[in-house]
Amino acid sequence: MAEVVFEGVSKRFARTQAVADLSLTVRDGEFLVLLGPTGAGKTTTLRLVAGLEAPDAGRLRMEGRDITGEPPSTRDVAFVFQQYSLYPHLSVYDNLAFPLRSPARRIPEDQVRARVTEIARLLHLQEKLDNRATRLSGGQMQRVAIGRALVRRPAIFLMDEPLSSLDAKLRAEMRVELKRIHRELGATILYVTHDQTEAMTMATRIGVLEHGRLVQLGSPREIYEDPINIHVATRLGSPSVNLMPRQLFPSVRVPEGAVTIGVRTEHVRIRKSANGAAVGRVRWIEHLGDQSHLHVTVADTDVITLADPHADLAVGDEVAIEMVAPLFFDASGERVRPGGNGR
Amino acid sequence: MTATTLAHSVVEPSGRSKGIAGTVIVVYAVISMVPLVWIFLTAFKSPSDSIAYPPKIVFHPTLDGTCNLFTTISRQTADYISSLPPPMNVCDRIARARNMVVAGPSNFVPRFLNSLIIAFGSTALSVVLGVTAAYAFSRFRVPAKDDLLFFILSTRMMPPIAVAIPIYLMYRELGLSDTHLGMILLYSAVNVSLAVWLLKGFIDEIPREYEEAALVDGYTRLQAFRKVVLPQATTGIVATAIFCLIFAWNEYAFATLLTSGQAQTAPPFIPIIIGEGGQDWPAVAAATTLFLVPILVFTVLLRKNLLRGITFGAVRK
Ligand SMILES: Nc1ncnc2c1ncn2[C@@H]1O[C@H](COP(=O)(O)OP(=O)(O)O)[C@@H](O)[C@H]1O
Ligand SMILES: [Mg+2]
Repeated sequence: MAEVVFEGVSKRFARTQAVADLSLTVRDGEFLVLLGPTGAGKTTTLRLVAGLEAPDAGRLRMEGRDITGEPPSTRDVAFVFQQYSLYPHLSVYDNLAFPLRSPARRIPEDQVRARVTEIARLLHLQEKLDNRATRLSGGQMQRVAIGRALVRRPAIFLMDEPLSSLDAKLRAEMRVELKRIHRELGATILYVTHDQTEAMTMATRIGVLEHGRLVQLGSPREIYEDPINIHVATRLGSPSVNLMPRQLFPSVRVPEGAVTIGVRTEHVRIRKSANGAAVGRVRWIEHLGDQSHLHVTVADTDVITLADPHADLAVGDEVAIEMVAPLFFDASGERVRPGGNGR
Repeated sequence: MTATTLAHSVVEPSGRSKGIAGTVIVVYAVISMVPLVWIFLTAFKSPSDSIAYPPKIVFHPTLDGTCNLFTTISRQTADYISSLPPPMNVCDRIARARNMVVAGPSNFVPRFLNSLIIAFGSTALSVVLGVTAAYAFSRFRVPAKDDLLFFILSTRMMPPIAVAIPIYLMYRELGLSDTHLGMILLYSAVNVSLAVWLLKGFIDEIPREYEEAALVDGYTRLQAFRKVVLPQATTGIVATAIFCLIFAWNEYAFATLLTSGQAQTAPPFIPIIIGEGGQDWPAVAAATTLFLVPILVFTVLLRKNLLRGITFGAVRK
């Protein structure tokens, strides 16, 4: 296992700047998740580490050694591709054994068998070893794909949205599974996804990517609670953070330059208003069982809050809103903090 | 009711349409088979039966044609023939009945071997060149790629025989006339453009991620090509090989022009088999029948791949 360092890495395709001046350290043993929408440059970032793309600028280091010009075969990385990871002409066993049988490695066949059997057990694939790779369900295929990475002990695992083709239930299982593998093997993992749940549940640290740029890097908690701009704030949290024009709340004290107030669902407190102190009206109540989402209209803006399902509120009620830990953003969407800039 | 009819017709053709399809196929097959059956029967007719009009459906089968195909015979006096030991085989006996003796083997077997060497040799060369070129065109940044591909295709736009005279002169100068190597190169030159285009289509459809996965796993580009790309391109390679083989095997015009002796292939040899008093049709028919066998065997052996390959990737997934 090893540390991987990006030093000002850039990659451009014709008209698209896929990765822009990326500087980032993937720490030894860390599960780093890069989170970004489609086209943010996630796949390109992984391909740069694997050596499948060459950067236009910048350097890549692994364990201190400069790997920028090295071919993929000597980099000692394992890649789980978004799709097409299994060789259709081989059995599950041969797919798992393929990385170990590389001429560069020359591992005796009995050791190959031992490793493959061990990984198959870890991923509950023992019974499928003789199947053709194409004769598996989507979930099994993806487990084999992950298994192909695990049979080696690479310096770093690169995973490109490995769960995106799975259904919700399997995805939840695999999240737990991957986290367990990370802990048991002490593996260094660079994982990219557009799924905030995957990022929040598995990451040691999250890097938010946008248009090839690393916008913010921090623990899931930091990114969630202390986003540096509106974009990052909306990327995490479901339902999404409420964004409201500052004018709706004349009574709230805001830092200079703030034009937007952001507040997360769980940070909105609702009170039935007495004697005309109302700011909003309950428009719709979404019952989710253990809790409810309250949709409140303030002027023309919809605010969603979490509410106790037993709260004594009904559609049409006038309510007062109180905000805990609001976030303030300026006209360009950057965060402004009370009491001056920075933290 | 309508829903079930629909579902049924989508999944499986109805009995009636299957019946119609079956009838059409049988009729077509019978029509296509008639010339083959006729040639096969002719191979066992006597020379006079073979040119009888109206054609004889029922006849006395003989091995005259087959014997004439494989042997050369010479006329001898009856005294000489009666002084010989008893005939050693059926061809001896047939010959002696007509006051002839078998003088030795004919040229048919060497010509047939020439055909095998040249057709399979040029097929192998075309496919090897085709698959490597197609891989490069599919995967690497080749300067002026589209122009090159068009140029390769354009070599097929003119009928090859249009350049027969220049090639004839060139081959004479280079000493390639009437050589195996010359014919292999010529047929490969014709076939390689087809091979590149067909195979590029197949290789384009193999996702790059497969090779990239192999590269990351420690394989070199060439090893990844061998272990990952080739196995997945088998279908395309087989289909391409069959197309190349059929062309090279049947080619007549260049073979007539450029081969006459040691490298002559079967197609120019077969029609000029002469027997007593002119064209020996039973021998020609026997040769034609045998000539069909290699392609038939090759195609039947690789039938499964061919069927998928000929749809040009449409149903490969
Ligand atoms: N080989 C390529 N050629 C041209 N453009 C590419 C290539 N690979 C990626 N891109 C472009 O670079 C951008 C980032 O792509 P990618 O890294 O695949 O994003 P993501 O994985 O986050 O969806 C996209 O706009 C994509 O169209
Ligand atoms: Mg991607």
